[in-house]
Amino acid sequence: MRQIKTSYTRRNFLRTSGVAAVALSFGGNSAFGAESLNVYNWDTYIGDRTLADFSESTGIEVQYDLYANLEEMFAKFQAGNPGYDVIVPSDYMLETMIAADMLEELDKSRLPNFKHVDPNFLNPSFDPDCKYNIPYFWGSVGLGYRKSKLGNVDSWGALFDNPDMAGRMAMLADSRFVMGVALLYLGFSANTTNPDEINAARDLLIATKKNLKGFVPDSGQDMLISGDIDLVMEWNGDILKVMEEDDDLTYVIPKEGTVIWIDGLSIPKGAPNIDNAYKFLNFIHEPKVKAEIANTIHYATTNASAKEFINPDDLANPAIYASDEVVAKSQALSDVGDSLKLYDAAWTEIQAS
Amino acid sequence: MENWRNNKIAFFILSMPPTAWLMIFFTLPLAIMWVYSFADRGPQGQIELAINFDNYIRAVEWIHLGIIWKSIWTAAIATAITFAIGFPLAMGIAFAPPQWKNPLLLMVILPFWTNLLIRTYAWIAVLRTRGFLNFGLEWVHDKINAFFALFGLTDVLGQFEALELLYSHNAVVIGLVYVYLPFLVLPIYATLEKLDKSYLEASLDLGAGHWRTLFSITFPLALPGIISGCLLAFILSMGTFLTPDLLGGTDSEMIGNLIARQFTSSRDWPFGSALSFLLLYFTFIVLWVRATMSDRNSGPVK
Repeated sequence: MRQIKTSYTRRNFLRTSGVAAVALSFGGNSAFGAESLNVYNWDTYIGDRTLADFSESTGIEVQYDLYANLEEMFAKFQAGNPGYDVIVPSDYMLETMIAADMLEELDKSRLPNFKHVDPNFLNPSFDPDCKYNIPYFWGSVGLGYRKSKLGNVDSWGALFDNPDMAGRMAMLADSRFVMGVALLYLGFSANTTNPDEINAARDLLIATKKNLKGFVPDSGQDMLISGDIDLVMEWNGDILKVMEEDDDLTYVIPKEGTVIWIDGLSIPKGAPNIDNAYKFLNFIHEPKVKAEIANTIHYATTNASAKEFINPDDLANPAIYASDEVVAKSQALSDVGDSLKLYDAAWTEIQAS
Repeated sequence: MENWRNNKIAFFILSMPPTAWLMIFFTLPLAIMWVYSFADRGPQGQIELAINFDNYIRAVEWIHLGIIWKSIWTAAIATAITFAIGFPLAMGIAFAPPQWKNPLLLMVILPFWTNLLIRTYAWIAVLRTRGFLNFGLEWVHDKINAFFALFGLTDVLGQFEALELLYSHNAVVIGLVYVYLPFLVLPIYATLEKLDKSYLEASLDLGAGHWRTLFSITFPLALPGIISGCLLAFILSMGTFLTPDLLGGTDSEMIGNLIARQFTSSRDWPFGSALSFLLLYFTFIVLWVRATMSDRNSGPVK
């Protein structure tokens, strides 16, 4: 399923599909005069029928490109919008792109379906009042584990303070999420810019490291199901996949809260088909359309009205829809600006220690 | 004899495509990265052009030098093992009957037909705790136990303990040896193939044993190929990032990973460029040492 940072598999396969996409777009544009829309999205992050339905109901042809990580997308926009109308940045990247003046401010009067957005997501720290994005889906990092080995886990302490499980645990190789979780466990903000707090999280992770099998690039779920490890910090979507194959595996968001990600649909500055972009954003937030996407990708929707069309099993699954109590304690990442250097230095020290 | 190089027009025309290729796809990108390496990182990770040496000063901090040193060590160990496997392999192919040479060479090159990523994932399946290697060892272990059980000795070897190979520094070295073996075998094979076999026959005829011939004749004559092959394996191992990322544990970060991170999550292209150039300068030094060594070798025979 989707994941936030670098995955070589995805990136390599994307290169190929990127070539295919370019080839397609040459063909597509030759239909001169046809209405078109260029969407740049995460891989496997849309419903099976969404794009076809949109084209059918509006007559707009969609060019659909994929990216494997936000930095790849951001790098393309640094030299100016390469021609995209809709992009799907996550929390901290939204903040970055807003600060870099890369996004259109959304005209809500052209987005009647904005009213369906869950009020919990209407005022995120990274984009107050959702001026530049419509929240799309959200997810979390948490602990995936083997019940028969660990019993019931409810705290990050099972990872940070559990020498009994030495060599049977792993964490994601994603500096901001791992640091964020360590900061939350210590009672700090996941977005702190205080060097002392960042160093405290660093020291905690250096101490934890000797019990870890590795910092793994999105392969934690495979290690879990193959029995290499019994506990892993991973994306909820990835653990969900292996839970379907093995009843002994489960996912929990620890009581200290976690780092969540929220993706939004945005229109980048310089979008060539801005009217069509509005139509697309509004179409996606039709409750039925949004529910069809949610039922395909199994992530938690931000669309309150869509929930009645969503598979009840998904709604009842705490690995997808966490309780409000847990959500209240969780934080999305924000852009920490120059302090990212502190995070990078801390991460380097963790890796080198 | 007329040298074809003397035909200036033909030489010019023939050299145009490779020169243009080098300029556009090598020199130009490198020049851009070089300019970036003196730039500042903007608060959003933009590249703000400037002329300062902060990135280089940061790049030579102890922690980064430590990672570079570790990369050198890892690459050196991997190269040594690759050589220990690759030299006999190259000799085997070079001295094989002629009809066997091409099939054997093909087997060395064959892995290149599959994507490196997929081959590295295959190693995960082999090395993991419940992977093929441990399954194989367990099978042998059980068979030995069963054999002794025939004589009434139960549990001679005890319970099978799976080897924890994956996600460790050793796994990275195994991965590097596997990936870069062909790069070492091919240059050595090329020099051994060209080697005048009558020298070896003369050595054997004059009473030197096979080992003496190997160390006093074959080895020195193949030295240029050995140096090229080892350097290639070493330099490529030094800059790798995929192998430690996929096979490494918590202590396997190499300079390649550090650089890759600057271009992704840390969004610090200027610092990443400076680190890359540090690696490049190091590579140049190694190549320069090699060049001076070969100058000495090709000097007049005393």
